[in-house]
Amino acid sequence: MNRRSLWLSASLVLVLLLTGAGAALGQVSGEVEIFSWWAGDEGPALEAIIAEFERQNPGVRINNATVTGGAGVNAKAVLKTRMLGGDPPSTFQVHAGQELIGTWVIARRMENLDWLFEEEGWYDVFPAALIELSSTDEGVWSVPVNIHRSNVLWYIPANLERWGVSVPKTWDEFLEIAPVLQAQGIIPLSLGENWTATHLWESVALAVLGPEKWSALWTGELAFTDPEAVAVWDLFGEILQYTNADAASLSWQQATDMVVNGDAAFNIMGDWAAGYMSTTLGLEPGTGFGWAASPGTEGIFMMLSDAFGLPVGAPNRDGVIAWLRWIGSREAQDIFNPLKGSIAPRLDSDLSKYDAYGQSAARDWQTNVIVGSLAHGVTANEQFMNDFATAMEIFLATRNSQAAANAAQAIAIQSGIGR
Amino acid sequence: MKSRQERLIALAMVAPSLVLLAIFVYGFIGQTIYVSMSDWGRGAALALDPDISFIGLDNFKDLFTGFLDVRFRQDMVNMVALSILFVGGCLVVGLVLATLLDQGVRGEGFFRTVFLFPMSLSFIVTGTIWRWMLQPRGGINVLPTLVGLPRIEFAWLTSREQIGRWNWQDVPTLLGLLLAVVFFVLAARWWLAGARRRAAAGGVLAAAALVWAFTAATKIEVLPFPEYHGFNLALIGIVLAGVWQMSGYTMALFLAGLRGIPDEVREAARVDGASWWQLYRHVELPLLKPIIWSAVIILGHIALKAFDLIFVMAGPDNAATSVPAISMYLTAFRGNQFAKGAAIAVVLLTLVSVLIVPYLVSTLRSREEN
Repeated sequence: MNRRSLWLSASLVLVLLLTGAGAALGQVSGEVEIFSWWAGDEGPALEAIIAEFERQNPGVRINNATVTGGAGVNAKAVLKTRMLGGDPPSTFQVHAGQELIGTWVIARRMENLDWLFEEEGWYDVFPAALIELSSTDEGVWSVPVNIHRSNVLWYIPANLERWGVSVPKTWDEFLEIAPVLQAQGIIPLSLGENWTATHLWESVALAVLGPEKWSALWTGELAFTDPEAVAVWDLFGEILQYTNADAASLSWQQATDMVVNGDAAFNIMGDWAAGYMSTTLGLEPGTGFGWAASPGTEGIFMMLSDAFGLPVGAPNRDGVIAWLRWIGSREAQDIFNPLKGSIAPRLDSDLSKYDAYGQSAARDWQTNVIVGSLAHGVTANEQFMNDFATAMEIFLATRNSQAAANAAQAIAIQSGIGR
Repeated sequence: MKSRQERLIALAMVAPSLVLLAIFVYGFIGQTIYVSMSDWGRGAALALDPDISFIGLDNFKDLFTGFLDVRFRQDMVNMVALSILFVGGCLVVGLVLATLLDQGVRGEGFFRTVFLFPMSLSFIVTGTIWRWMLQPRGGINVLPTLVGLPRIEFAWLTSREQIGRWNWQDVPTLLGLLLAVVFFVLAARWWLAGARRRAAAGGVLAAAALVWAFTAATKIEVLPFPEYHGFNLALIGIVLAGVWQMSGYTMALFLAGLRGIPDEVREAARVDGASWWQLYRHVELPLLKPIIWSAVIILGHIALKAFDLIFVMAGPDNAATSVPAISMYLTAFRGNQFAKGAAIAVVLLTLVSVLIVPYLVSTLRSREEN
């Protein structure tokens, strides 16, 4: 335990004693405002852990403040205006990694959570790679509540059999079978609106670069203009030839629908697609729809994680800490994740509570090499993510790999990647 | 002549609103201009006490000549195209509808309500409806199949097709040409009005601008490499929705204008033997001119500030239909580059002022004359 966290724990104990709440540990009261963008399909999962938390802590009332909008596009803007205006919520949902670190941690608006991880023994139950991605030199800053996987290839087994193709293990294999599919009038790979192009790009990049060099991009050790990184754009361009022309007007669900309806053979999407296909479309995992690691990324788990942290000056700090302890617990994570369609970050979760896809993902989570996702805020700060859309736009408009790579490198320098 | 006391009371009555305006409108405009000349957004932008320093016009320079701000430049082109088509479309459709209704159709009140109705919707609702209708796999695109024709293949809002492409490096030349045209038109008008000397000055200026456009202007290096911009066909969908929503409003304006023309004027023209067309073209239209101007100003500033309609119809990341207002929001609130976002806001404010200030000045002046 380092000195800083000792001080923090000491002062925490003092605060608890002074307020008289420390008599019975965990006895907290008042209102805790939880700010998130989990409003739609994800609402029930959040409500379930809130209900259980309130049952166990009768004195606390949770104010469930949600701002709708996919991937938190509106919620993040509202959060920023509230923080700038000096009205922080008790705690807020954020993607673990640089989305939190690059915006809030470097702004000195978050409290370090080393002491909490120490107390709860979380250093042993969360994979080291996840803790490293959520940390800076000064320690860890957020408690992860779920894990999604980005590099997953989805298909319908019966359709592949009918078309006489098998699941491609590498992109070379994909490029071989793609013309076969096209000849039958099938779109080889369905794609949706712009962010799903970035999502596809990161899977391609992971396949081309491998886990070490992928991570090196984000520490600044590998330049985007390195020939190997430029080759990512070349392959990405080749793959784009086999995607649907109307991609930009489709949501990710519509792109998944193309695979389910038999208009397209494959789709690369995060594993929230499993929840969509099993819950919304009523398909059986494994037989109704199938999955594999995206080509060339077998044995690598590209992850993203929703997390909560402790803002400096958060109203009802004790309440927030109780909430953080709760969402990091095995019990809460095993209530939340089966409902949300994600897996628990903890390595000791009860797999019997999950469906076939969840169990398979959890096994991979325990054994695979873990890397962070770009499209979902783990590896790069918000400025890079916002501007990376420009690099993508330059590529889509010109199909010039070098120009896109140059733009990406310029953006990396401007937004201080690896600094 | 008002008494001193009356003046004081009047001042006291307007003082609160003056103070509020000074703080919440002009104060914040000032703050935005200050932020636009700072580097707020480097590093820890959201710190309690962010480290902000003054960097002058660098943000503006970046926007117009920076390698990475290609999206902003296309946004500007989009905005100009959108404004012209949206305002033009609303004027034409509104004028046609008003003229038709003015012929004394039966059930005029009913039609007036129908055409005016879309205006009562918010742009969010309009945007959602039209996004559904313009889906490439449904809506308008499958309409022809109802009568056995092949479906339309145009990807309305996300088409990457561009027409009229030109190089951003030519901007100085194009600006010079624009200036020459403006001076030339002014000169011609002065000539016709008999102001010979002014006309000659205008002619000289026009010639100078023309010469400058093809000599010095070509030597200004805006960008070190060619960068092409053009009219994105994807904007047509946005224009359709906008015109659908606002043409009822121009119709109402024009209808009021037509009704305001005294019958004596029309009768006098008829007595002089004017045909229906001549009456319309030479009597009614000229009398509608002030209304056209008001409509252009009101619709023009709506087009320049367009945000919600496009955000809902095409999403924030669809570069083909993006405008500076959307980039401003994303740059500031998603990318944390508050200074650059503020710079985009200042560019927008300048453009809106260019449109509105002359209008305000001329209305104030004509009011004083009355």
